[in-house]
Amino acid sequence: MLNGKTAVVTGGSRGIGAAVARKLASKGADIAIVYSSDDNAAMTVCEEIKKDFSVNCRTYRCDVSDFEEAKKTVTAIKNNFGSIYILVNNAGITRDGLCAMMSEEDFSRVIDVNLVGAFNMIRHCIAGFIRQRGGRIINISSVSGIMGNAGQANYSASKAGLIGLTKSIARELAPRGVTCNAIAPGFILTDMTKDMAQQDEIKARIPLGSIGSAEDVACAAAFLVEASYVTGEVLRVDGGLAM
Amino acid sequence: MVFENIAQVISDRTDTPVEEITLESKIKDLGIDSLDSVELLLELEDRLGHEFDIDRKVETVSDLVALVEEQMKQ
Repeated sequence: MLNGKTAVVTGGSRGIGAAVARKLASKGADIAIVYSSDDNAAMTVCEEIKKDFSVNCRTYRCDVSDFEEAKKTVTAIKNNFGSIYILVNNAGITRDGLCAMMSEEDFSRVIDVNLVGAFNMIRHCIAGFIRQRGGRIINISSVSGIMGNAGQANYSASKAGLIGLTKSIARELAPRGVTCNAIAPGFILTDMTKDMAQQDEIKARIPLGSIGSAEDVACAAAFLVEASYVTGEVLRVDGGLAM
Repeated sequence: MVFENIAQVISDRTDTPVEEITLESKIKDLGIDSLDSVELLLELEDRLGHEFDIDRKVETVSDLVALVEEQMKQ
């Protein structure tokens, strides 16, 4: 159980982030939801978590791609909760388009939020992890980061970057009892993917024959939090898509 | 005062006699790797009651003293 431990979930106001926050709360963790823009969605998830699981939960509006803003947010979370034991870097955006037509801004913004944002949060949490000689970092990558995906050069690059970041951090912090792993979801039904056309075509490519749920990813996150002898791993949650 | 604190923390961590630690001592030669130096700084935070950020490469005790003194002024 995770009673007395604090989990920070970025992009926690909806989709996979909200599901991960709820799952960790169900195991007793106090939750800090970091979100970028939707105050109402974040508050709703927060209130539900407090009501359903009787844990402490707070929301923090933050653009994780901003180094100083991420620092202020981590400091505020530490002040409110005391310490951080679990960091789930889930905040992510897409700005899809073929590389031939992709603007520099669209490429950079996706890298900034998805990859630099994860670095920023880790960078500001790391002293606490070292000090307490323990902690769990989970980066939400994607099968796009493993396989590549036409129309997602920016997103795939950011998610592949997260895998490299995960393995490097895992090596750096292993001597201090801190694990760092990545989850690579495949097609997961969320707000980000619900309008995606060709869902039947997608299902046909998935060995397990169905699109995953945010809950599937949340279960993997809960496993990695409890798995003290697993680090530097990329756990695919993709119905077999990328095997 | 900063140097004395740093020398004591290094001595405690590495069993190096404190009188053998000088400003010119190389951190690596004292048996402290880069991750240890982060921990060392965290220990100094506890001793000096100030938060530090390793924002540059620290090779010698003198580098570390300079970093700590500079950030304590901020």
